[in-house]
Amino acid sequence: MALAHDAPKDSFRLSMLIYDTRYRAVTIQVFVLILVAAFFAWLLNNTIENLAIRGKEFNYGFLWQRAGYDIGQQLIPYTNDSTHFRALLVGLLNTLAVAALGCIFATILGVLIGVLRLSKNWLVSRLMTVYVEMFRNVPVLLWILLAYVILSEVTPSPRDFKAAEGVEPAASMVLGGTVAITNRGTNIPAPMVDHPLGGFEIGGIPVNFTVLAFISVIVASFWANARILTAARLKQEATGDRPTTWWKSLLVLFVPVIALSLALGLHWDIPALAGFNFKGGILVAHSFTALLVALTLYTSAFIAEIVRAGILAISKGQSEAAFALGLRPGRTMQLVILPQALRVIIPPLISQYLNITKNTSLGIAVSYLDLRGTLGGISLNQTGRELECMLLMMAIYLTLSLTISTLMNFYNKSVQLKVR
Amino acid sequence: MKTTYLLGAIAAATMVAGAASAQATLEAVKARGELICGSNTGLTGFGAPDANGNWAGFDVDLCRAVAAAVLGDATKVKFVPTTGETRFTALQSGEVDVLIRNSTWTASRDSELALDFVAVNYYDGQGFMVKKDLGVSSAKELDGATVCIQTGTTTELNLADFFKQNNITYQPVTIADDAEGQRQYLAGACDAYTTDASGLAASRATLPDAENHIILPEIISKEPLGPVVRHGDNNWGDIVRWTYYSLLIAEEKGITKANVEEVAASTNDEEVKRLLGLSGEMAVKFGLDNDAFKRAILAGGNYGEIFAANIGEGTSINLARGLNALWTQGGLQYAPPFR
Repeated sequence: MALAHDAPKDSFRLSMLIYDTRYRAVTIQVFVLILVAAFFAWLLNNTIENLAIRGKEFNYGFLWQRAGYDIGQQLIPYTNDSTHFRALLVGLLNTLAVAALGCIFATILGVLIGVLRLSKNWLVSRLMTVYVEMFRNVPVLLWILLAYVILSEVTPSPRDFKAAEGVEPAASMVLGGTVAITNRGTNIPAPMVDHPLGGFEIGGIPVNFTVLAFISVIVASFWANARILTAARLKQEATGDRPTTWWKSLLVLFVPVIALSLALGLHWDIPALAGFNFKGGILVAHSFTALLVALTLYTSAFIAEIVRAGILAISKGQSEAAFALGLRPGRTMQLVILPQALRVIIPPLISQYLNITKNTSLGIAVSYLDLRGTLGGISLNQTGRELECMLLMMAIYLTLSLTISTLMNFYNKSVQLKVR
Repeated sequence: MKTTYLLGAIAAATMVAGAASAQATLEAVKARGELICGSNTGLTGFGAPDANGNWAGFDVDLCRAVAAAVLGDATKVKFVPTTGETRFTALQSGEVDVLIRNSTWTASRDSELALDFVAVNYYDGQGFMVKKDLGVSSAKELDGATVCIQTGTTTELNLADFFKQNNITYQPVTIADDAEGQRQYLAGACDAYTTDASGLAASRATLPDAENHIILPEIISKEPLGPVVRHGDNNWGDIVRWTYYSLLIAEEKGITKANVEEVAASTNDEEVKRLLGLSGEMAVKFGLDNDAFKRAILAGGNYGEIFAANIGEGTSINLARGLNALWTQGGLQYAPPFR
């Protein structure tokens, strides 16, 4: 045994890198790494040289130049005097708006359909099968276009809302005269405050104190409510006596928001017909609605299948045991099956969320100015910086996707089976 | 040792790649035996395939003239439809040899995009089209209107400037090409459609109820449209430029497609003789055959003939010569002397 350890250490020769099995694997890996690095260096060098031949240099300076074009939907203040970077932010927020709402709606709808597809009711389960097969087997681009065409062709034009003398207008506003649906978009009331708290900008990124105040108050309310419920649960577990919480919850959830609204003078700006279009309120363009609806319906079909698979993965004994304990089917699903199924559901769900985020770039088909439309569309065209814009856009989508999967992986860890 | 070889290989490959992209366009076209011309995806009168799939139009005829000058055959042109977004990339990447597609000459396109506009074959300006029953008679009354606008164009920027200068607002609807713009405009998704006035006239001509649509009197910008080539290949740029000018000179001198042989036989105007390749070696200096410009005129006639046949008064587009009349008739079309 001792002899085996006494290999000579001081006689390392260069040829051992190839002939000695201890080093060979490392040698090969280092060599391949150099080759790969050299290949990418060549690609980069080639690109830069070819750009130089065409008199172009790789430069992101254009981001700080005046954009000069207008954007229909903007969640932060933007005019054509703003920079291309600001246009990028507007586009990015438009992307995030569709992606976030799409993920929420698709999850709700998907879980509902997935559960209903397992229903014992023959009609319900067949209808859900038809839904799933219909939506997931047609390209999402077609659903987007269909939704857009339906929205813009069947809705009245703004002029139909005009009341002529003695003639009823051909169309009228809905929801108590606060919402107008025209062939251009949906005009909804806008929240306005009399005493805004102002804001500032960090490096072109605007921060609005009014919005921040509302968000922090709402988050704090929910957190406080969660604390109240936890305290109640702990007391129930300790004493078997659950304290009344409903009025505390209502108080904590609503009073701070109402107080803040009163303090800031919140009121609603209701859209009204003026000239060619409705003025005031917020215009939710049909491109946004169509994209959101189509992505939601399409992705919910996939989520439904994921949910169904997750539920079927739970052993039948679990539900039988729950029934034996006297739980009704709804409560069984809610308390026993779904919490366990989540472990199977979450990982594939992450990739569906990533799909929604990436599919928002299909908004170009209905002229929705998301990141692809501003940075990768108009800014790219007006400045002629294809490479810079495309690389930046890819980096942004990559960051978005990685952020979403990181967050979801944290959530996944929290619902996984804990081995104690 | 290995690394040295590798670096050498990289350097060599890079140089090869670099040399390929700088290859002269004229040689490439001659070797291919076909001119690849970037054209519109379909704008009646300027560049659109007809019912039989043959491309026809004002810009298309200039492509054919260039092909006739370079290759001696006006039919040896391949038309590659490009949108407002893809056109300059198609030219820069070498996918097309020349771009003749209602493209506006601007300083930034010359400098930043590394392109060369070699001439102006149509002096245009941006206008608005609205439905008659909208009751609008001036673009300044469009406050609050929804406007359809082609993306990737200069019109996008002009529109923003015009509304800002007049202190009025609008809601933009960005569209990819003329066909989608028309569809959106007709569906009522926008109150007004804006693009170059010539393009509006062309769009309006194809509408079934053209009389219900009007083009507003305001022209809000200068839009000099012309053929574009890649920056750096000056010889190729000269060929396209002088092919175009030869058509202008032909109109000025009264040379038409029909009488070109007759003029060639009888003329004693030295400039005409040089143009038709009867004296001197003008075209040879461009790297072409000496009768190249004569062939260009034979392809579709002189500038006036091309204008009249595709977009002039009497066609469905029905545009007056206006700024595009010859300088001798009060217009801006002026060719430098051919000597």
